[in-house]
Amino acid sequence: MTENTERNLTPAVTSEAGKIQDHFDLFQTDPYQDLFEYKRQFEGAHSKEKVAEVAEWTKSWDYREKNFDREALTINPAKACQPLGALFVAAGFEGTLPYSHGSQGCVAYFRTHLTRNFKEPFQAVSSSMTEDAAVFGGLNNMVDGLANSYTLYKPKMIALCTTCMAEVIGDDLGAYIQTSKNKGSIPEDFPVPFAHTPSFVGSHITGYDNMLKGILSCLTKDKKQETTNGKYNFNLGFDPYIGNIRELKRILQLFDLDYTILSDNADSFDSPNTGEFQMYNGLTTLEDAADSINGEGTFFFQKYTTPKTQEWIGKEWGQETYNFRPFGIKGTDEFLSKLSEISGKPVPQELVEERGRAVDAMTDSQAWIHGKRVALYGDPDHVFGLVNFLLELGAEPVHILVTNTNEAFEAELQAVLDASPYGQNSTIWGKKDLWHMRSLMFTEPVDLLIGNSYGKYLWRDTKTPLVRIGYPIFDRHHMHRYETLGYKGALNLHNWIINTILDELDRQTIIPAKTDISFDLIR
Amino acid sequence: MTTVDQNKELIKEVLDAYPEKAAKRRSKHLGVREEEKSDCGVKSNKKSVPGVMTTRGCAYAGAKGVVWGPVKDMIHISHGPVGCGYYSWSGRRNYYVGTTGVDTFGTMQFTSDFQERDIVFGGDKKLKKLIDELEILFPLSQGTTIESECPVGLIGDDIEAVARQKAEETKKPVVPVRCEGFRGVSQSLGHHIANDTVRDWVLPKADEYRKLPEGFESSPYDVNIIGDYNIGGDAWPSRMLLEAIGLRVISQFSGDGSFNETVMTPLAKLNLIHCYRSMNYICRHMEEKYGIGWLEYNFFGPTQIAKSLRKIAAQFDETIQANAEKVIAEYQKDMDAIVEQYRPRLEGKTVMMMVGGLRPRHVIPAFEDLGMKVIGTGYEFGHNDDYKRTADYVKEGTIIYDDVSGHEFEEFAKQLNPDLIAAGIKEKYVFQKMALPFRQMHSWDYSGPYHGYHGFAVFARDMDLAINNPTWSLIENPWAAK
Repeated sequence: MTENTERNLTPAVTSEAGKIQDHFDLFQTDPYQDLFEYKRQFEGAHSKEKVAEVAEWTKSWDYREKNFDREALTINPAKACQPLGALFVAAGFEGTLPYSHGSQGCVAYFRTHLTRNFKEPFQAVSSSMTEDAAVFGGLNNMVDGLANSYTLYKPKMIALCTTCMAEVIGDDLGAYIQTSKNKGSIPEDFPVPFAHTPSFVGSHITGYDNMLKGILSCLTKDKKQETTNGKYNFNLGFDPYIGNIRELKRILQLFDLDYTILSDNADSFDSPNTGEFQMYNGLTTLEDAADSINGEGTFFFQKYTTPKTQEWIGKEWGQETYNFRPFGIKGTDEFLSKLSEISGKPVPQELVEERGRAVDAMTDSQAWIHGKRVALYGDPDHVFGLVNFLLELGAEPVHILVTNTNEAFEAELQAVLDASPYGQNSTIWGKKDLWHMRSLMFTEPVDLLIGNSYGKYLWRDTKTPLVRIGYPIFDRHHMHRYETLGYKGALNLHNWIINTILDELDRQTIIPAKTDISFDLIR
Repeated sequence: MTTVDQNKELIKEVLDAYPEKAAKRRSKHLGVREEEKSDCGVKSNKKSVPGVMTTRGCAYAGAKGVVWGPVKDMIHISHGPVGCGYYSWSGRRNYYVGTTGVDTFGTMQFTSDFQERDIVFGGDKKLKKLIDELEILFPLSQGTTIESECPVGLIGDDIEAVARQKAEETKKPVVPVRCEGFRGVSQSLGHHIANDTVRDWVLPKADEYRKLPEGFESSPYDVNIIGDYNIGGDAWPSRMLLEAIGLRVISQFSGDGSFNETVMTPLAKLNLIHCYRSMNYICRHMEEKYGIGWLEYNFFGPTQIAKSLRKIAAQFDETIQANAEKVIAEYQKDMDAIVEQYRPRLEGKTVMMMVGGLRPRHVIPAFEDLGMKVIGTGYEFGHNDDYKRTADYVKEGTIIYDDVSGHEFEEFAKQLNPDLIAAGIKEKYVFQKMALPFRQMHSWDYSGPYHGYHGFAVFARDMDLAINNPTWSLIENPWAAK
């Protein structure tokens, strides 16, 4: 037993303004460090030597093999569940209240998660089902829930998805909504698109697809005209960079194209502070969404997020769908060429100049990124755009990890990697998680990691600098307000990547009289 | 009109927006504190109204996120589909000391990531295999808890049988926690369920599992800290204060706690409980089973810290009582300096709170130490006994709201126009868009600690920087029509 005798148990409280010690400083002081040491004896902790030995082993090839032998256990996955994507896409439509049918805790989680990323309010309701609903079904909850949310929040549309509880007990959404209408909860003609979004199928991108299809099929019903409306529809998928929607609109305006963004949630996740809270900020009007069936065609930027919607549009609307990835230089080139083709106008000079500036910037910094080994993870389409850009820069995407992967995606990406000299050392790790990534990064180290905030644990453990690109980003502010799309977006991606590399070089060379030989003023 | 009458009137107006049935249900949860009444006049711990935005979570959140999650050297499996574990991953800032992924696992997410076939064929086999894989990859883990998500309880899996089998094979505790999200009306039942698993699956084997510190001898001063989740490090200044008055803290359950500390708890002479709501169950059990008394305390703000230290010391001998007086006196000067610095900047400012656990009442005196007034408060998932306790803390006319809806909270705030709102992340940006200063009271808005004397300094600083923040004055644009 270690006794308390030597410890300072009443360290003073600093009251001087600007010097108050919070968790960053306080727990590094001796009295608290001593407290931790003293407490350890009660913890039944393993010896420090043992912990160090096992920590070392977790970095080994032996550990990696055992780690990759896992069949049942998932650790730190890079995917969320369906309703998150369903709520995200619903928020882009005018006056739309996302509604989750099932247990109520799920909605608290979705709202929290989205709010933490965007630092914006996110409003959604639940039918708050409990044990009795598990036995008898959630009909009464839906009847009451729709009536209450319609009366209280005065939405123009309620977009309804499900939690796994409602899915397991098999609630019949279509029938329940109709019954609610019959009982007068909501008017007969009030739109309540719905989607089944069980968490045990797919991931948040699947939920996005299901809800988008649900909304479009509800709103476009019986709206098909003889002639087209001359507009093109655009969908960005589960893209957390709201700057991308704004950038896309700017580009389309430069081409003088008439368009409808299918789910314009830019203001839902980035609304101005006017001193008044506005509950609904979705910018796609219900009228435009309903008329999207009469468009000339629909563009998608996330092919693997939206397979069902695309198939359905092709079949039911008889409309052309186009898949583009306007991320990086060539991806944007292809997209703009297509816009030029459909608009019959040359690519505007303004965009040509932006291209020149982005390429200029990439050329200026290329020496610092060329040949750098990169690990990255995220959703299929997100990762695809980043890989394209890295290859353009001459960086080598070594470990490409996608938890919510699929075969078609892997084949398409593999072909891109095979065709590039910088993709020869790449491996696509489908269905793997961030604990697999940890092993990969210890056994086959890289220079840079690109991922969301959860990547910071990999940064801490492997000391690989992290560029935060993805969702969620909880520990850096305002990243989502920027664009990653188009040439301007390429410049942002480039800036984040290059300056992370340069920051890291400074961190590595900051010890006076030791490493600061290379602590260069000019790089 | 008195404040009581005015606020009663306000409640009526706010209820007008609901359909009749919902208005009737909600009316029971809104009230005004009247001095002559013994409680706050509101019903609580009832189902939330469907379709009305509640801030509540679920039983899983209470069991995994609150009670078990902070036990740092065990692996807590989110058993079911991927989402629950994903959204609650690293969300609560339960600080701990340890090598994550080696001997501690607090900021990791472990899930059985249910697929459709697991729903159809059941997940028990997968769970067994999963625990085997944990043993291979995390040999230093001190045990496992299985937090079941909604589908598990609906498909009839027998996680208890798996737990028994695996505990035997691994010689480590494996605790099945039936905290499916549809159970109960909020996270509160999850706390209770988690407490019950400690009672049923852990404490009966405490002697077998316990590793005593070398040369450990029982002392009359041994206490447990119960229900401090160490958010932003809260439990550490609390522990230090208890040690400073001569007590020996042999267990923290569960903030920065270890499994061994959980099984140390029966050796204590007294349970000191901070969050009554989430941990009273296990305290009551230990009182019954082991004769260990329990005492609620409040370490928010110097007034309550002094009061609590005296109350705790009164359970022990004169030496401890003298120590408590000494410690209180020693910090008086520091606390005076804090109050002197911040009180003039905060005097008379009004606050509306809405949080979970103990905070809707416990934090009130800390605000009052700074000259601030709490004009509204309520719990996400409180029970009647919480509101009874709250009656001692709030002043006449304080508006009380249980499981407040977004609509109610916003309308109350518009009418009462407080200088600060103290609630959770889902509310934060709603009110900031309304140009109302806000602090998160679940996560301390990424600050903390707020407990103890060290915590009060941080609390005072944070309330000041929220209210006296210059960006509030920029919100109105110079061209807005007046």
